[in-house]
Amino acid sequence: MQFLWAFIIGGLICVIGQILMDAVKLTPAHTMSTLVVAGAVADAFGLYDPLIKFAGAGASVPITSFGNSLVHGALSELERDGWIGVVTGIFEITSAGISSAIIFSFLAALIVRPKG
Amino acid sequence: MTLPDSRSNSKVSSMSPDEYKTIAKKHEPPRSILKNCLKAFFVGGLICLIGQGIQQFFMSVFDMSTKEAGSPTVAVLIIISVILTCFGVYDKIAQWAGAGTAVPVTGFANSMCSAALEHRAEGLVLGVGASMFKLAGSVIVFGTVAAFIIGIIYALLGTGGGG
Repeated sequence: MQFLWAFIIGGLICVIGQILMDAVKLTPAHTMSTLVVAGAVADAFGLYDPLIKFAGAGASVPITSFGNSLVHGALSELERDGWIGVVTGIFEITSAGISSAIIFSFLAALIVRPKG
Repeated sequence: MTLPDSRSNSKVSSMSPDEYKTIAKKHEPPRSILKNCLKAFFVGGLICLIGQGIQQFFMSVFDMSTKEAGSPTVAVLIIISVILTCFGVYDKIAQWAGAGTAVPVTGFANSMCSAALEHRAEGLVLGVGASMFKLAGSVIVFGTVAAFIIGIIYALLGTGGGG
């Protein structure tokens, strides 16, 4: 069942992105930024966690979950360390995504000869 | 019959840019938003489905909780995306699927990897290093600023973290 909801919710989030690009005519960069901020705001109201619980990877794979994780990191360290935690905690959870994207992209650029 | 014809002709020649725009817009072929949305839904859903499969794999094989499995799942998806980008496959799918490939975290990795490959010729530091975040940078900047503002608001309100 989780698989079905992952497919549907993940697909729907992508449709929102497609509508932003096609109907509102935003550039891809604007669309992604909007979605990230939307994810962050949704988490601020406590809406994103229930969605992840419900749809699993359908909610955690789209870029909206990146905003969600940024807020999560900031808030959990805020709770633990006080004010300074807002700054120190932001990348706590997203480190895996950003680091691996940097590392593998760099390795790819070392190994692969660009095509075309 | 000739009079209205010549009138309409003179109207065309004295058309203002704004008028031209409205007329051109009216005759523009409608972009099939519905079709694009269906493609985005299908491909985006499929990527999330794969992600769910990887997550289940980590949860059952390494005995992780849903939360613990999140990071390795994202990392595996990113590796897959980078490999597909290297072979030029991801961009081919992206042309067809639009937001379906751009919105998942794989699109984030794809934008970084393709920028890195594209600017490889300019050198490792000035090319790869400087260009990698050309597209992904806006996502990180706006996500971070939003998270910071939300964190400050939470701190001001004196409520603890949400998780």
